[in-house]
Amino acid sequence: MGKKEVLLEIRNLHKDYGNGPVLEDISLQVEKGEVIVLVGPSGCGKSTLLRCINGLEPIQGGSILLDGREITDGKTNWSQVRQKIGMVFQSYDLFPNMTVLDNVLLGPLKVQKRQKAEAKAQAEQLLARVGLLQKKDAYPRELSGGQKQRVAIVRALMMEPEILLFDEVTAALDPEMVREVLDVMLELAESGSTMLIVTHELQFARAVADRIVFLDGGHIVEMDDPETFFTQPKSDRVHRFLNTFVFASQSQERKHSESQ
Amino acid sequence: MQDLGIKVLFMGNNFWRLLMGMWITIRISLISAALSVVFGILLGMVMTVKHPLIQVLTRIYLEFIRIMPQLVLLFLVFFGLTSTFGINLSGETSAIIVFTLWGTAEMGDLVRGALISIPKHQYESGRALGLEPIQIYRYIIIPQTLRRLIPLAINLVTRMIKTTSLVVLIGVVEVVKVGQQIIEANRYTVPDATFWIYAVIFFLYFIVCWVISAGASALEHRWKN
Repeated sequence: MGKKEVLLEIRNLHKDYGNGPVLEDISLQVEKGEVIVLVGPSGCGKSTLLRCINGLEPIQGGSILLDGREITDGKTNWSQVRQKIGMVFQSYDLFPNMTVLDNVLLGPLKVQKRQKAEAKAQAEQLLARVGLLQKKDAYPRELSGGQKQRVAIVRALMMEPEILLFDEVTAALDPEMVREVLDVMLELAESGSTMLIVTHELQFARAVADRIVFLDGGHIVEMDDPETFFTQPKSDRVHRFLNTFVFASQSQERKHSESQ
Repeated sequence: MQDLGIKVLFMGNNFWRLLMGMWITIRISLISAALSVVFGILLGMVMTVKHPLIQVLTRIYLEFIRIMPQLVLLFLVFFGLTSTFGINLSGETSAIIVFTLWGTAEMGDLVRGALISIPKHQYESGRALGLEPIQIYRYIIIPQTLRRLIPLAINLVTRMIKTTSLVVLIGVVEVVKVGQQIIEANRYTVPDATFWIYAVIFFLYFIVCWVISAGASALEHRWKN
């Protein structure tokens, strides 16, 4: 692990909307090919952290470095940086005025000025990979939530980003559709993509993560590999957080044994 | 057997003159509408900027134009500019200026409404792809805005076409004025020309507005897919 190069580095990041800090003194290094899952209670600043990384939110202190270059010094060409940082949102915002294919081609053609034939071939290949090639000429409103989210992932992948940010991408989905999206993300993780994932799906977090980062109240409370995090959490706060989930499954077990 | 007043249409080149009058009406309306759409989109974009001074200025402009009757605006531009600043504009130019000022205000407000109805995430998704603001507007926001705007804008254009009948009062000879001239010239030979001429004018207006509305419905239908 130690030999791998650091792709993204966050140093003492401070974010404030004007009524108290949302993120305080956040430091995090993401290595190439690493999958980091951010968990924590609602409102702990996980999503805000992702939004700071690709410049959707200005930061009030600290710095963020991509490939060793600072991107928060005010001189950044965000259009260029954002090509290297793919982001998928909770509300899978495909552009409703375009077909699936046009949605995923917009960035490559207009931002990266790539050749249409070549970009289209790649788009079709990626759509096939997420099982949606037959939907390439459909409009977003003809797709299910899970399908839209998979298209949104392809749209981000088309830019060939160095790192992918996932902001609670399954939170708005019906339960049956969560799996199809998580499977795509698992496959991406296995193929070596660098990913930063915010999710409430703890089972998935455990399966996909190289490291789990637990945020609470704008601070990083704990940072560990998934096994240690889930089985021997160091802090009381994480213990309590995990317990809320454990309690639910224990009560289910009890019901099962009662009914038998 | 009484002669029908409609025959006045076929005397000399009366019908042709009416059509030419209609053309003036259409020309003023279409030029004003086209300019209004362009400036209105810009104004609408400016109106979404959350800056107090910009908000106040655009609000004043909008309210001023809305409160003033179009006729007063026409007189203000046609007579006012000449008498105060010595700028001598033709009736048609004055009309285009006034209708553009009016259309820009109305259109701007429609565009503003359509723009703020587009979810914030649409902008963010565009930004996250690395699109420049101008590209976000061009490929994502404006196409969606236009779709919401078309029915409203068509309504505005047809209102504009109908309001052009006011330009008679600043000496522009458009379809209504031509009609009046024909009626006057045939007052003694064809006394019931009035009804027929105005009926024809009604149909001319109807056809023009209907064509525009039909075109808009066709567009809406095509954009549904």
